[in-house]
Amino acid sequence: MQKSFVEVFENHSWDEISERINSKQEADVIRAINSPKRNLEDFMALISPAAEPFLEEMAQVSHQLTKERFGKTIQMYAPMYVSNECQNICTYCGFSFNNRVPRKTLSDSELLEEVEAIKALGFQHVLLVSGEANYTVNINYFSNAVKLIRDKFANISIEVQPLEQEEYERLQELGVYAVLVYQETYHRDTYKVYHPKGKKSNFNYRLETPDRVGKAKVHKIGLGVLLGLEAWRTDSFFCALHLDYLQKTYWQSKYSISFPRMRPAEGIIEPNVIVSDKNLVQLICAYRMFNPDVELSISTRESEKFRESVVPLGATSMSAESKTNPGGYAVEPETLEQFEICDERPASAIANMIRKKGYEPVWKDWFVGQ
Amino acid sequence: MKPLKIADKEFTSRLFLGTGKFGSNKDMEEAVLASGSEMVTVALKRVDMETDTDQIITHLQHPHINLLPNTSGVRNAKEAIFAAQLTREAMETNWLKLEIHPDPKYLMPDPIETLKATEELAKMGFIVLPYIHADPVLCKRLEDAGTSAVMPLGAPIGTNKGLKAETFLEIIIEQSRVPVIIDAGIGAPSDASKAMEMGADAVLVNTAIAVAGNPREMAKAFKLAVEAGRMAFEARLGKISSHAEASSPLTQFLNE
Repeated sequence: MQKSFVEVFENHSWDEISERINSKQEADVIRAINSPKRNLEDFMALISPAAEPFLEEMAQVSHQLTKERFGKTIQMYAPMYVSNECQNICTYCGFSFNNRVPRKTLSDSELLEEVEAIKALGFQHVLLVSGEANYTVNINYFSNAVKLIRDKFANISIEVQPLEQEEYERLQELGVYAVLVYQETYHRDTYKVYHPKGKKSNFNYRLETPDRVGKAKVHKIGLGVLLGLEAWRTDSFFCALHLDYLQKTYWQSKYSISFPRMRPAEGIIEPNVIVSDKNLVQLICAYRMFNPDVELSISTRESEKFRESVVPLGATSMSAESKTNPGGYAVEPETLEQFEICDERPASAIANMIRKKGYEPVWKDWFVGQ
Repeated sequence: MKPLKIADKEFTSRLFLGTGKFGSNKDMEEAVLASGSEMVTVALKRVDMETDTDQIITHLQHPHINLLPNTSGVRNAKEAIFAAQLTREAMETNWLKLEIHPDPKYLMPDPIETLKATEELAKMGFIVLPYIHADPVLCKRLEDAGTSAVMPLGAPIGTNKGLKAETFLEIIIEQSRVPVIIDAGIGAPSDASKAMEMGADAVLVNTAIAVAGNPREMAKAFKLAVEAGRMAFEARLGKISSHAEASSPLTQFLNE
């Protein structure tokens, strides 16, 4: 039987990793900054408290590496929530099963209405998002949705419940380019606390999801930690470990990292851990220095000022004018959001901001219909 | 200087440019014009025929510029052929820079899939210019498959590391019956000069110009470097020797 990330994961103890990160010294940070190729040990140094005084140097390296690899471009995309039905209880999420909010799943005609509204904003890359409602919003629903919109967008990604390998294969055949699945937290016990009920409470099944995506030969795999649930440095180390394992195993796929920082939403709890702007910048730079080719995505959860500042810092893709409720662009703009977005500027204003920074917003970077 | 001929087209400039990574389409256009290039490659995945917003190709509408669409992003021969057919329809050209890199990390070209796709595409009437490793045997196989030129790498794409593959490039240039265009890795005008002095037929440059502090000036510098290198090649460089004169000749005794 083929190995999965679970085996790699089991060889690492959370407490020991935390200890190693916290014991990094200035000399470790300097060595990591000056190293031509950085490994996981260097990544630990770069996310450690000892690296905080070196933030500007890290930012300069990150800027240079990103420019060499990605040029002066930012990929634009829009999320499209197709459903907020969900059988999971995730105590931080607005769509959690136990939240008494109206539930909605877009019909074919509603999907097309949303597509037109998103395209009118200029987007050609779209990310389909759903909760987890396996009886109604399942592989058949997604296949149908992808077929329906495949010729309307150059690039389709999905961020939905974990699926089986065969299901990913089917979606990839139909034209899904990327699958995003965040572990939320790599701390097994904390994960249980935040995900007490529903299929999502199975930590290992979620942890093995990117393996199934990789085996299905999907072009791009997106990872992330929900920043705010656990100690961000240790959690991010595990995410980098995951990235490193996947990239070596499924070498034909590209990878992206997202940085969802907990935002207020209806009925949710306060973040357990506060991740400051400074922390997040350090994390972005550390990822870039560890992995010059990973895509780094910054969503509208972040503020205008923060997003502007990270354009030259290592970010490679951005959403804009996002709606986080199903039907939010045209069908039912007033329904409840998954989380409040912070940067509410129109997509055209974001594009102008990017241009002002000397970068080119890229709307299309794949083939329509493939 | 002799013009360069690929398939049925003649080029005065031996500098080809890539169009990715520029901070704006305007920067890109200025650099292309300053470079004097007559052959510019465009990633098909970035070409948008649907909307007419600020487009890469609208900035390349100059009579002296030929577009060379590329298949960047595809992972195998099947995807490459699909992209090529889209290109032929959308851009009305049968010229194609074939790039198949299944490895998105270093964008290493897949020799097996590239050979397969070249064979197919040449049969379909495409003028194929494949991006490949500096592999002399593969170059000969591609010739047999009907390629119109070969585009071996100097170093991995985007690295600006120069002609790391020099020894193999020399063999390719020596053996080739089709034009050899050195692609990828050329980081400075001196690398381009060196490639031309070695006898390469042309070079393709992108990152070194696109991410330079001043892309337009850098494009001009590359133009001069390519011309200088080619001129030197045609004028025939003197032999390189390690010392001026043997200090103690070994065959002197024959004259004694």
